Amino acid sequence: MFDKSISELHSLLHKKELSVSEIVQSSFDRINTVDEKVKAFMTLNEEGAMQAAKALDGKLGTEEARGLLFGLPVGVKDNIVTKGLRTTASSQLLGNFEPLHNATVVERLNAAETITVGKLNMDEFAMGSSNENSGFYGTRNPWNTDYVPGGSSGGSAASVAAGEVFFSLGSDTGGSIRQPAAFCGVVGLKPTYGLVSRFGLIAFASSLDQIGPITNTVEDNAYLLQSIAGHDKMDSTSANVDVPDYLSSLTGDVKGLRIAVPKEYLAEGVDEDVKNNVLQALKKLEELGASWEEVSLPHSKYAVATYYLLSSSEASANLARFDGVRYGVRAEAENLLDLYKKTRSEGFGDEVKRRIMLGTFALSSGYYDAYYKKAQKVRTLIKNDFEKVFEDYDVIIGPTTPTPAFKVGEKIDNPLTMYANDILTIPVNLAGVPAISVPCGLSNGLPVGLQIIGKHFDERTVYRVAHAFEQATDHHKAKPEL
Amino acid sequence: MSRITKEQVKHVANLARLEMDEAEVEKFTTQLDDIISMAEQLNELDTENVEPTTHVLDLKNVLREDKAQPWLSREEALKNAPDHANGQVKVPSIFE
Repeated sequence: MFDKSISELHSLLHKKELSVSEIVQSSFDRINTVDEKVKAFMTLNEEGAMQAAKALDGKLGTEEARGLLFGLPVGVKDNIVTKGLRTTASSQLLGNFEPLHNATVVERLNAAETITVGKLNMDEFAMGSSNENSGFYGTRNPWNTDYVPGGSSGGSAASVAAGEVFFSLGSDTGGSIRQPAAFCGVVGLKPTYGLVSRFGLIAFASSLDQIGPITNTVEDNAYLLQSIAGHDKMDSTSANVDVPDYLSSLTGDVKGLRIAVPKEYLAEGVDEDVKNNVLQALKKLEELGASWEEVSLPHSKYAVATYYLLSSSEASANLARFDGVRYGVRAEAENLLDLYKKTRSEGFGDEVKRRIMLGTFALSSGYYDAYYKKAQKVRTLIKNDFEKVFEDYDVIIGPTTPTPAFKVGEKIDNPLTMYANDILTIPVNLAGVPAISVPCGLSNGLPVGLQIIGKHFDERTVYRVAHAFEQATDHHKAKPEL
Repeated sequence: MSRITKEQVKHVANLARLEMDEAEVEKFTTQLDDIISMAEQLNELDTENVEPTTHVLDLKNVLREDKAQPWLSREEALKNAPDHANGQVKVPSIFE
């Protein structure tokens, strides 16, 4: 059943050939069969989900069941708060945290009457590229469980690839939706900064964080974005723009489209197989009537350093709230200062501590100008690179990651090697533009992702190109065997 | 030359309210030094006349009326607190 698209499922429900309870049960059956190996889920909501399914079955066949997402199971990354359903951000410090309200995206999914089957594993507080930084256990890649699923939305991507859910929500600060989507062979979109409300997203780096959908197909992705996008008065950084119709952009027509291919994105360090897959994809888009030219994003090589300074600085401030006072697991201590220190030292994992340390250092007296402010200035240069290219081109295309998934344990001991993996996704967050990763082939049995980057709020063009490519190829039909 | 010293790491750890044993201080000194060395690559760029990015979109100040809205009850707000008494969050003594 899990190769079905949202519109196929909707039609089966509509014709009453399938009930909501049957669909949701099949999701749990699949989780019970494969999640022991994949470990995509942190918390399951079986009782609540089955109850909700039963209630929705009562509406089948009525006007109320007309919504396209009606009755479909969804997985939610564990840094997005869900009322009464444990939300840990994969941190021991929040191991007992039951949120008192829903994130806006969860409210919007509830309004569309999807059913939350559970919370998805991630790198602790979204800091990591392999899910090995989860405070509980690492998710594995469904294509080969010796390999990482990517991160930080590793559970979100792996659950869709493993057929446990049809779609999920992730969050992307420096590539955390696109990189795991690429590694797991699914479709992942990081929307324009501000398009989707972040109210109820446990903040990591507020100037970069964005929630987005992970799905099997581009069409499904557009359906999901349609239901979660739009202004929210609870998030003052959410943009007050009209949400266009994304579905009508899926025309299959890319004639006359102008594609820019940054030479920095196919440079040294990018795996030969990955490069060839991307070049094949460009050839396919040419056959469909698009044209491409090589361009330069000259400040690309400074993106990783800029990103780690800025995101860690913001994180050091955002994570100050985790002090064991109002929520979370509190350590025993004699006085308040010790309580803060013990709670944080016992509750946070190494990567989180490393980033808090880096951020605190970069913001500390005497270093602010040299590191934080310098990075903010370089961010402007990186953003300008994109703006300049977008004067002459409709989209920018390259690989999502320099290599396919790496082995569990391969990079965990060297933070800098791990950080370098995000070199092609990070600039997009710094510029605030939207980008999608779609499957574009396999390398030694592991998926390769094609990244399509668009202008601010031009998700329609991003989807149009991704969909045209997807429909002209069979890459999205390849599924892992578990 | 090492850019980060063990003393700096201890100082920053205290600012960040983190406790570290000697082995951790040692490890973080090396790792932060590596990361800061990478960050110094940014000094290759002349940014004298470049404006820092404060926001990627042209958002103006977003203001709302300062008016109370119904939100969580006191009871709910205390639900996740590890310790509370008399309707307030309880913590150990602040002064010796």
